[in-house]
Amino acid sequence: MIVVSVPIGTALAIVLGVARVYGNRAFSLAATCVVGVFRGFPAIVTLLIIFFALPEVGVYFSPYWSAVLGFVLVTGAYQSEYVRGCIQSVSAGQSLAARALGMTRPQEVIYVILPQALRAALPGISNEIIYLVLYSSLASYIGVQEMFGVARTFNSLNFRPIEIFFTAGLVYAAIATVCFVGFRLLERRVRIPGVEAAR
Amino acid sequence: MAETNVVLKVDGLEKSFADNRILSGVSFEIDRGQIKVICGPSGSGKSTLLRCLNLLTEPDKGRVWLEGQEITNANVDVNSVRQRIGFVFQEFNLFNHLTALRNVSLALEKVKKMSKDEANALAMKELARVNLANDAHKYPAELSGGQKQRVAIARALAMNPVIMFYDEPTSALDPHLIGEVLDVMKKLAQEKLTSLVVTHEIGFARSVADEIMFMGEGKILEHGPPSQIIDKPTHEAVRLFFKRINELYRRDED
Amino acid sequence: MVAFADFLPYILSGVIWTLGLVAGGLSIGFAIGLLMAIGQIYGGEEAKAIIHAYVWFFRSIPLLVLLFLFYWGVFPATGFKLDPLACSIVVLGLRSGAYQSQIFRGGIISLGDTQLLAARALGMSKSRGIFHVVLPQALRISMPGWSNEYATMIKDSAITFSLGVLEILTRTRYVVSATNEALIPYFFAGALFLVLTYAGTKVVNIVYERTKIPGLLGRL
Repeated sequence: MIVVSVPIGTALAIVLGVARVYGNRAFSLAATCVVGVFRGFPAIVTLLIIFFALPEVGVYFSPYWSAVLGFVLVTGAYQSEYVRGCIQSVSAGQSLAARALGMTRPQEVIYVILPQALRAALPGISNEIIYLVLYSSLASYIGVQEMFGVARTFNSLNFRPIEIFFTAGLVYAAIATVCFVGFRLLERRVRIPGVEAAR
Repeated sequence: MAETNVVLKVDGLEKSFADNRILSGVSFEIDRGQIKVICGPSGSGKSTLLRCLNLLTEPDKGRVWLEGQEITNANVDVNSVRQRIGFVFQEFNLFNHLTALRNVSLALEKVKKMSKDEANALAMKELARVNLANDAHKYPAELSGGQKQRVAIARALAMNPVIMFYDEPTSALDPHLIGEVLDVMKKLAQEKLTSLVVTHEIGFARSVADEIMFMGEGKILEHGPPSQIIDKPTHEAVRLFFKRINELYRRDED
Repeated sequence: MVAFADFLPYILSGVIWTLGLVAGGLSIGFAIGLLMAIGQIYGGEEAKAIIHAYVWFFRSIPLLVLLFLFYWGVFPATGFKLDPLACSIVVLGLRSGAYQSQIFRGGIISLGDTQLLAARALGMSKSRGIFHVVLPQALRISMPGWSNEYATMIKDSAITFSLGVLEILTRTRYVVSATNEALIPYFFAGALFLVLTYAGTKVVNIVYERTKIPGLLGRL
């Protein structure tokens, strides 16, 4: 579930970030609202709304897809803040040079700005993705067959909470740590001297 | 295309930022093969002028013609105009995430729609022209200031422009690196590549320019051949400017 | 359509509980976080290792799992009988401490070591120097990051619904199951969290601006 949510979420983040910086009034405002809402609502509330509340207006999603949609929106909103910040931190001269060569705005954004902005945003984005791994446990409350939910069921059958929840915790921790290490390696691989995050 | 010998014609250019009048009526012409230099104190609007000419900044009033085509007309495709003008920035503005080679070839591929091989071949040729063929695979952060500026020149040249604009190309360089960039610019001038250069380098202007235009208070105060402007100017402000510079150099000679 | 006037006050009364959770959690987290930040920077190797492990533990395990682990597991095992609210505050606090320690650590690091050197050159002991010179500045530098922690805490407080704490979300869920209406209650709850987050962040920003040191340009 995370594997699906992450790429879509990151793609959404890029769209939102670009929209807020380069979009016209309407797009920019819409993007800002979307980001504001999904950063402001607790993730669990977003999940509950998608799964329990939307059916009232006729929109039905299965537990799995509710979770995916929810997480995509939440992580997309959080990641877009990093994307937006890093886009703005790419120096203005890059944009000038691209346009002086005759590039169109989309060309400038895709080939010049984003490659630099996304490299700088990678640490922040990878942080958000790791949060997502942990918050996936919330999906058990909308019926997704998820590790935490399984642990709870287990616990109600054989009451050994310390072992069960501790083990579950360690599995999450292991996944999170593997992701963390993986992202550090990824950062090193795409590192270009001169293009680094300004902290 | 009527007068194809006049590459650039400017008439009555005006530009203000907030309440500041930066350009208050600039007019001139550049013929094919001419090298014109713009000198003047900081704040006289030199950079703004260049940026208005390739439409990076929109002028408030005035008209500009590139090879007979009026580019200040609203219906003009800005991007195709900019392809015909080569712009070299004071701060280089190389694309940091790309190698020198890719810096030069990116626009060739995306804007001129060349194939990857064609673009790379042309890019290597231009880099060789500025003596950087061996550093083609380095990233901007690994290059010295002089090397960066030469890549920037190659990048602009590769687009095969009809005129080159240089916006104080050596002002951000350490003194010992200025020479290599000026040498490249001199070489290009000798090849009669139409150029408009904003610079403080009087020696360069004297040896290469066909005409110097002195800017002050948002206008061209005086223009003429280097021997006239530098040694025997008529306008008071121009005389003062060069008098001070000459004093500076003379003091160094003692 | 159910009469909203009935259930809105019920949900609103959960705000006090939410704020209680947040205040408690942030306070405990502040104390733990500050001590650990100081330990990580000025402490010895063993201290650093323990702190590192603590931070890793509380940042790598989901809050939900931690809540259950402590409520059903740890506390009963150690003989403490804690109600859901108290247990939640403790867990939130322990976890927040891990995050806040990194925020303060970043603040101290970005201050640089010259301040403490100057203090010690004047004859101050290390602890005096840290307390009187480094911390006031580092804490202020940390404020923007800290307002993020506040925002996170407001939203994480909602997760305590899993233990039945009578905060905003728990009450909302009761209303939903009682009235079979999900849309309005949940949106209302979400909006409440939004307002609380926004208001709190605004307050921190105002304090940050008010405590600006004249003439000192932000190094961040």
